[in-house]
Amino acid sequence: MSDQAHMRAEHDLAPGEEEQHSVGTRILGYVVGLVLALLLTATSFFIAGTDLVWQPSIPVALIVLAIAQMGVHLVFFLHITTGPDNTNNVLALAFGLLVVFLVVGGTVWIMAHLNANMPAMDQIMPMRR
Amino acid sequence: MSMTATAGRAHADPHHIGLVIEHPGPAPKRIVTAYGFWIFLLSDIVMFSCFFAAYAVLADQTAGGPKGSEIFEQRNVAIETVCLLLSSFTCGMASIAADVRNRFWFYLGMAVTCLLGLIFLVIEFREFADLVARGYGPSRSAFLTAFFSLVGCHGLHVSAGILWLLTMMAQVFAKGFRADVLRRMMCFALFWHALDIVWVGVFSVVYLLGSGV
Repeated sequence: MSDQAHMRAEHDLAPGEEEQHSVGTRILGYVVGLVLALLLTATSFFIAGTDLVWQPSIPVALIVLAIAQMGVHLVFFLHITTGPDNTNNVLALAFGLLVVFLVVGGTVWIMAHLNANMPAMDQIMPMRR
Repeated sequence: MSMTATAGRAHADPHHIGLVIEHPGPAPKRIVTAYGFWIFLLSDIVMFSCFFAAYAVLADQTAGGPKGSEIFEQRNVAIETVCLLLSSFTCGMASIAADVRNRFWFYLGMAVTCLLGLIFLVIEFREFADLVARGYGPSRSAFLTAFFSLVGCHGLHVSAGILWLLTMMAQVFAKGFRADVLRRMMCFALFWHALDIVWVGVFSVVYLLGSGV
């Protein structure tokens, strides 16, 4: 019974909240997050200005590094994890990501096609006269 | 008897997440508040994604004006990034201090967070003022309009965050670590960390991708 009461208290966690940890463990979590984020940031800035890697790969690398760093922030600073006590938070995050990808991906896709299919401005202007 | 007990368990755990929850009742206010704020943060991120989409479409429309690679200074952006990252860390320290009700570390963490946020804002403001003084204001080209809206919108969020931060320090000073003050502190920490996530997108997409092309 006491076991069940214990589970009942822990079945849900607020976003930003951790499971019960000591202060030392919590500080350690933030330190790990900070170090990882600084490493990823330094890599991003290094890759953006270097000649050492194949140039066309740089934009892809930057985007991958950015997504990785956002993941680090979510896990170590916002404490959004995949545990069962975080189901609500993860579902909300998943829906938010869906909308973000629809908006950004859809816009870039459609506008790139419009740009490619539209004649240049100096060709349009004579048509209007 | 054992069958009804099993049926009861299966019903109480419909998603097989391994936890049996029998009539847990409404969630504590702390969880409900933070969850609602999390929904707000996600909608804020959706709004930022619209600015990102606009920037991605308009980044090449310079109308004869400067390109991104001609006006961005990587050194400033690196300092801004480190400031925000460290402020996220000190904000985390302040929220731990609030949870253990340690006033000294709370004030210290919040003060350092505020200082780092102000350094970030000063650098950003000087960058904007410098661009406008050189005639590269938001009305110069579609690219600059998108740039100023996206980066300026993040800057506005940081300014609002600093106002909120000072409010939290005043509330802890005046009211102590009451339950409602702690809930607000939790929402503020979420807000500040979410701003850092948006900044990761800004410096990667705007400054680093923009200066390479």
